[in-house]
Amino acid sequence: MSPNPSIFGWMLLISGIVFCTACYRRLSLVGIGQADERSAGLGRRIWQVLSHAIGQKQVVSKSFGFNHAVIFWSFLVLLLANAEFVASSLVPSFSLAVLPAGVHHGLLFMFDAASLLALVAVLFASARRLFFPPEQMSSAYVKARSFEGFVILSLIASLMLAYFGMHSAAIALGKEEAASAMPVSSFIAPLLGGSLTPAQLALLADVSWWLHAVALLLFLCLLPLSKHMHILTAIPNLFLADPNGRTMLPREEFVKGGSYGVAKVDEFTWKDLLDGFSCTECGRCQASCPAASTGKPLNPRQVIHAIKVNLLANGHSLRHGDAPKVPLIGAEGEGTTSEDAVWSCTTCGSCMSVCPVLIEHMPKIAKMRRQLVQMKSSFPEELLTLFENMEGRSNPWGIAPTERTKWHSGMEVETFEAGKTDYLFWVGCAGAFDSRQKHATVAMATILNAAGVSWGILGKDEKCCGDSLRRLGNEYVFDKIARENVHLFKERGVVKVVTQCPHCFSTLKNDYRQYGIELQVVHHSELIAELIQSGRLKLNKKVAGLGKLLFHDSCYLGRHNEVYEAPRQAIQQATGDRPAEFDRNGKESFCCGAGGGRMWQEETEGERINLNRVKEALAKKPDTICVSCPYCMTMMEDGLKDLQASGTQVKELAEVVAEGLRP
Amino acid sequence: MLIVVCIKQVPDTTQVQIDPVTNTLVRDGIPFIVNPYDTHALEAALQLKDRFGFRVAAISMGPPNAEAALRKALSLGVDRAILLSDRVFGGADTLATSNVLTRAIQLLHADEKVGMVLCGKQTIDGDTAQVGPGIATRLGYTQLTLVDRVENVDTLRGKIRVRRKLEGRHEVVESPFPVMLTVVRELNNPRYPTVPMRLASEDARVELWNNEVLKLDVGTIGLKGSPTWVSRIFSPERAKGEVIGDGLKDPSGAAHLLIDKLLSKDLLAI
Repeated sequence: MSPNPSIFGWMLLISGIVFCTACYRRLSLVGIGQADERSAGLGRRIWQVLSHAIGQKQVVSKSFGFNHAVIFWSFLVLLLANAEFVASSLVPSFSLAVLPAGVHHGLLFMFDAASLLALVAVLFASARRLFFPPEQMSSAYVKARSFEGFVILSLIASLMLAYFGMHSAAIALGKEEAASAMPVSSFIAPLLGGSLTPAQLALLADVSWWLHAVALLLFLCLLPLSKHMHILTAIPNLFLADPNGRTMLPREEFVKGGSYGVAKVDEFTWKDLLDGFSCTECGRCQASCPAASTGKPLNPRQVIHAIKVNLLANGHSLRHGDAPKVPLIGAEGEGTTSEDAVWSCTTCGSCMSVCPVLIEHMPKIAKMRRQLVQMKSSFPEELLTLFENMEGRSNPWGIAPTERTKWHSGMEVETFEAGKTDYLFWVGCAGAFDSRQKHATVAMATILNAAGVSWGILGKDEKCCGDSLRRLGNEYVFDKIARENVHLFKERGVVKVVTQCPHCFSTLKNDYRQYGIELQVVHHSELIAELIQSGRLKLNKKVAGLGKLLFHDSCYLGRHNEVYEAPRQAIQQATGDRPAEFDRNGKESFCCGAGGGRMWQEETEGERINLNRVKEALAKKPDTICVSCPYCMTMMEDGLKDLQASGTQVKELAEVVAEGLRP
Repeated sequence: MLIVVCIKQVPDTTQVQIDPVTNTLVRDGIPFIVNPYDTHALEAALQLKDRFGFRVAAISMGPPNAEAALRKALSLGVDRAILLSDRVFGGADTLATSNVLTRAIQLLHADEKVGMVLCGKQTIDGDTAQVGPGIATRLGYTQLTLVDRVENVDTLRGKIRVRRKLEGRHEVVESPFPVMLTVVRELNNPRYPTVPMRLASEDARVELWNNEVLKLDVGTIGLKGSPTWVSRIFSPERAKGEVIGDGLKDPSGAAHLLIDKLLSKDLLAI
């Protein structure tokens, strides 16, 4: 019954083989993915690991996440303790006692304390899963009260109990010289010593040793087969995550005989596949997703889970050039994402911003959309009109390009000319055609004039930036429009651009970089804040009469480009007060429902996303909801009308500031 | 069996303005599109191809740049695309146009039996709706205009049954092949070309047939063969309407007034 180095050696060898085989079988599947360059930006990558893994940045952003952080930090300490356990089990003469006493005692203290903390945290975690499972922990195929979850938790608990069993028995038997460094074990020892005979204590120590050995090796074997694979993959995944990943979708090269987008799991990149093995099933993406939380068929967590399940089911066949057994896109299934789910994404980016291991959900959805649009012409029928309008008339509504300048009838507006005008005011399709947004365009023009900014427009030569096309997976037409726009910018010598639409802003600023142009793009909120700050824009009066003003963050301004403060600052400068906030604001802001091309689609399933957001707004009893995006404008106005909330109005940021320019 | 679809490249009329001095269309910088009704004719032909394996040819009479419309047809999946282009075809009215298209269809028929000709109901620039029937008359085909549904295709007996959309009623008609159909928008939703099809269409051959191929008497084509001539094109003057009610102070009252007015002029049906 006593510890046996040779039996332990065999057990270690067998579980080592099981562990390595399982890891190899799974991780080698990642290799069937497409190439992806993931080495640039070393410094930022290291920071991602430090902040998100060691610092548990995203984990602790939710209060219960602290429990995970305790387990994680304890594991880091206990990694050393277990290494010592394995070494001394194989070679009984091995001991950390050879270290200087101070170091040795310090380590023992840490092991002892970490074991207690881990044990308590694991008990909390089990109780939470058992008695108060949060909704977000369960999805269609993975439940909070899963057998796997409890097995892993009980293995960890067993490890800790065995640790205390071994050490407190040793202390009670007087065999532990460093008892003073182990307060928890020392606390238990007299309790044991009082009720057990020395022989029983010796037996307890032996049983505990075996329990520890078995639990440790079982844990090792189960690790690569469960969601606890993330213990191995999370840190590499954090390192490999794209430091600019939130907004960027890869370009596609259009050559004859090519295939576009992703139809089979091996058409994803290896990093996309690694993401599947890194998911911890925490459900944060699910909880924050505007589609998932309003009853749409999309659950970002399930999209990632489906990629993993699909890879495990098809990886072998695909590697040998056979047809996949389970479709990647199609009817409902654990390894399949439905077309409806693919089309439900608003590309708001909340899934990616809350993910503790920086999984990149959005590009995967875009790649599946690319396949549906470009290879199968399969998309919601409303989008046909959008696509044809974009190609034929370069705007989503199909309005004649000659109408682009109508917003400024009765106002002198110059055409942009390099050297003569400083800023290009990129009006945007909504700014030029949408009757409501045109008021914001005029307000912005008024502000620019009042501040003495030299600016011009492209007029009827302006085209759509292509944002919706790209998010909807129509990369071919986006590519065409982007090339034309970039060509026009270069031809006209455009350097500084101000936009009012965050979608134009993000596309010109980030996406067009892939087309070899580095524009200095600012969103009007940034420019307005700066103009007031520098004293160039002087308001005639403090803006009053808008009552309680609530600011709604646009996804493409906030999460995608991290502009949170400028619009708030501009509002404060204009009205004298900081705007009121939604419960979900800033990085946690909730989408209006129109991003990712959802603006142009019907919303038939579940609760309408804009109503969800407007209800959240109305709970704050605002007089004015201030937006900084034309899509948000439409969605908020429609939502207020639907809820017959005539007491609340929607104002665009430029309109709010321009109020202060009235005499 | 070959299905021939007649398509026309037209200026995007939502963007067309009329020169007040010359009374002609200002076409400078106006993008061209495939006549919208013709896109439904193309779709109908391609659906029949998908279902029955018929082959589809698209033909278009027009200037060299009309090739773009045929390339679009190729990207959607037609098997042949033929541009009928010659200076002597220019200035054609509907009669001269139908003479050219008829001869082209006859030449195609010599290669492969034509069972069906599909046209849009009308073009959005000329709005005559005469070319389709003109072709049918000259070819001696049955003409079924304003088709909004294909009810049945009997390939064994060589028959087609369609529904025609008439004012206030529908009419279901059956005819043996060969047949000429003109179609309305309600017939179908045109497909969107896939990227591989688009890329393939870039290199695909658009055949060019001029009058050396068609060998038509120049007196029956182009300006010379056109008895119609347009004396003037102009934008109709619209009398400014009256303002009724006060939409700001009493929106529901204004809405009632408006509805009463529309009802009294029989512009609204209840």
